[in-house]
Amino acid sequence: MVATSETFTATTRKATLPKIRARHVVMVAYLLFMLVPIYWLTKMSLQTNREILGGFTLWPQNPTLDNYRVILTDRSWYIGYINSITYVVMNTIMSLAVALPAAYAFSRYRFLGDKHLFFWLLTNRMAPPAVFALPFFQLYSSVGLFDTHIAVALAHTLFNVPLAVWILEGFMRGVPKEIDETAYIDGYSFPRFFVKIFTPLIASGIGVAAFFCFMFSWVELLLSRTLTAVDAQPIASIMTRTVSASGLDWGVLCAAGVLTIVPGALVIYFVRNYIAKGFALGRV
Amino acid sequence: MDKVQNNKAWFLVLPVLVLVAFSAVIPLMTVVNYSVQDTFGSNVFFWEGLGWFEQVLTDSRVHAALGRQLAFSGIILAIQIPLGIAIAVCMPKRGFWASVCLVLMALPLLIPWNVVGTIWQIMGRTDIGLVGYTLDQVGISWNYARNPVHAWVMVVMMDVWHWTSLVALLAYAGLQSIPQAYYQAAKIDQASRWKVFRYIELPKMQGVLLIAILLRFMDSFMIYTEPFVVTGGGPGSATSFLSIDLVKMALGQFDLGPAAAFSLMYFLVILLVSWVFYTVMTNLDKAEGR
Repeated sequence: MVATSETFTATTRKATLPKIRARHVVMVAYLLFMLVPIYWLTKMSLQTNREILGGFTLWPQNPTLDNYRVILTDRSWYIGYINSITYVVMNTIMSLAVALPAAYAFSRYRFLGDKHLFFWLLTNRMAPPAVFALPFFQLYSSVGLFDTHIAVALAHTLFNVPLAVWILEGFMRGVPKEIDETAYIDGYSFPRFFVKIFTPLIASGIGVAAFFCFMFSWVELLLSRTLTAVDAQPIASIMTRTVSASGLDWGVLCAAGVLTIVPGALVIYFVRNYIAKGFALGRV
Repeated sequence: MDKVQNNKAWFLVLPVLVLVAFSAVIPLMTVVNYSVQDTFGSNVFFWEGLGWFEQVLTDSRVHAALGRQLAFSGIILAIQIPLGIAIAVCMPKRGFWASVCLVLMALPLLIPWNVVGTIWQIMGRTDIGLVGYTLDQVGISWNYARNPVHAWVMVVMMDVWHWTSLVALLAYAGLQSIPQAYYQAAKIDQASRWKVFRYIELPKMQGVLLIAILLRFMDSFMIYTEPFVVTGGGPGSATSFLSIDLVKMALGQFDLGPAAAFSLMYFLVILLVSWVFYTVMTNLDKAEGR
């Protein structure tokens, strides 16, 4: 704390060094706090169940990939990933397809009830899934969509469509309107303008929106679990079922957990500068 | 940017309207329907009026859940907001290390919520978890499955781990938007580090911090998966927050009427906070002259 109260304008090198150090200490401590639990999960995924329960160790004594082998070869496990990815991709495509024109309308035009509509979308992003769990269950059961991927994908549009509209609108209003006008003068029709000129301009926005739709659908459990039983069961649901079973295999459970982190970890570098913007619905 | 009045824009928002109406309005109407009716089974319903609402409003179990919920949201906001600001101030401003920090900090945000629960469920165990083992070795008889205080510590620690980075990233984005000229002016005035923070950084972060507070409040207000996996709402009902209680009522006991009335009132609170959020957003946009 002494170091941080150093004057901001410390001129000599000697005086600056401790200040930098205090910041580093805080940062390193925080990053350790972030990483240790993830390390712990990874560590346990590399151990056999006997080794995990046999004694407390800080790192795997005999690292093994057996747990991963179990998941990747046992259909009842890996089908969960396939199911999850199926409905997540369906949901992302659906959400973006309807959100793109709507976001354009919100960013460019004033129309009857636009503000109310925009607000109403926000309330759906904020709606607690617990409120919708039961009605969704009944709705999709009555139309015969229970336990299908499309049901989960549709249910997740509840929060992902508003999310995509808000994020895309945030990006689109950064594009000067003169571009639209010039294109119309040049004789572009609206669809052609939208695809040929406008979409490339907001490509990063579409990427960010897609990433967030993917992520929020991927991390959600309550709705996806309520709406599936056997055929479309997501990996998250398969994992919780294992937790409640007796004699559970910690190693396999941890390996399954590590594999669910992989999709996010793969793309996170590319969206690192947009994470705050995406979570704040395009407003930051 | 001044927008053009054009009611044909409705055609562009129509797909969204249809889709969201299907996935939000129809289910919500079912809830409204249940909230004013009663049934003895076999799909025979009769009018109940506002009876369920009265019952829920006077139900001590709901009051207790609401109390726990507000306490939880209050605690995590009190920890995450100051901590997030501190982390944002300590982060490197640019370059390689800034990217490293961003990526590592964002990792917990992208982990499926039930896996977050699983991680902390393991971490808290005294036999195989780091936190539980350490506390046990220090001499605290740690048992989050039995001791309500321990259960709360676990749930709060988990949420701090899971979401503090969001606050930090938002605050960081706010810091990045401060023009260098402000810092130079402060330098000329010989302002101390604290004064720079208090009179330049904090006021400039006001907008994003409000967004951070509202987002964290909303998301903690409907938290379900993480505490459900870690504690299952227990011991007893010590960590049964509103959503957990609601799901128990609706899907566990199939008390449709009370659950529906409960849902609607829950939704009204969300609506209110959303409105505050929306107002803040709109004012922020105006302030930036967009």
